[in-house]
Amino acid sequence: MELSSRLLPWVSAAAAALLLYGVFLAFFASPADYQQGETVRIMYIHVPCAWLSMMIYSLIAISSFGLLVFRHPLADVSAKAAAPLGAAFTFLALLTGSLWGKPMWGTYWVWDARLTSVLLLFFLYLGLIALRSALEEEATAAKLTAVLALVGVTILPVIKFSVEWWNTLHQPSTGFTATVDPSMRWPLLVMALGFTLLFFAMHLKAMQNEVLRRRVKAMRVQAIAGRDRLSAHGAAE
Amino acid sequence: MDLGPHAAFIWVSYAAVLVTVAALIVWLIADGRKQIADLKALETRGIRRRSAHTE
Repeated sequence: MELSSRLLPWVSAAAAALLLYGVFLAFFASPADYQQGETVRIMYIHVPCAWLSMMIYSLIAISSFGLLVFRHPLADVSAKAAAPLGAAFTFLALLTGSLWGKPMWGTYWVWDARLTSVLLLFFLYLGLIALRSALEEEATAAKLTAVLALVGVTILPVIKFSVEWWNTLHQPSTGFTATVDPSMRWPLLVMALGFTLLFFAMHLKAMQNEVLRRRVKAMRVQAIAGRDRLSAHGAAE
Repeated sequence: MDLGPHAAFIWVSYAAVLVTVAALIVWLIADGRKQIADLKALETRGIRRRSAHTE
């Protein structure tokens, strides 16, 4: 808690600075695309959101593994805290992709492999959140959610390679190295790093909140147990 | 700044990201404040964490 409290302002400030710089680069220091025109500026938010949607799920899967195998107490806190953030960034990847698709493809949505597999990832996030809230007992909810998260990890290679395995309307993956011109690659890298730091700042805060929530819950249980002990003692006398 | 005939798609995309990220930040801060308030209320009632007893 102490370390995360110390890190949080620095990570947040770095994320804010990078995102502001990235937006400046995206609008004022990068050219329009020769094919896509000005709509290419959507790439600077769509690609980082899509990257985060997969990175956050990987983090949840690693945390779930940590919970099931090593029973690390913070592993479940990490997985629980990351799920709503992952759902939000996946939603944004779908939305910005759809808004980019309309002027480029002539449609907001097609049931191609990339779009459909990311939609499944979004439902998977919702499933993780719903399963956890449906179960009252914290330890059972944590274990079942971790199992679901590990089973669901199979969606990640499907998303990654969908544009290679199937003939999709979605363009091939936007690489950060060779496929993008340097004038667009640099703003994209700055935005991707900014979004990643933004996620880590929000994840740290969400983990702090979850630790506090568990502390409050434990104290309430302790208070009820103490009251019950007192009343049982009183009845015995 | 002229963003061409598809400017609305670009603005809506950036606005959606801004609103969603802002909503997440507000939710996280509000949730954190609520947990701290709950914790303080319990401590005011004299309830201490078990680990705090042993410190």
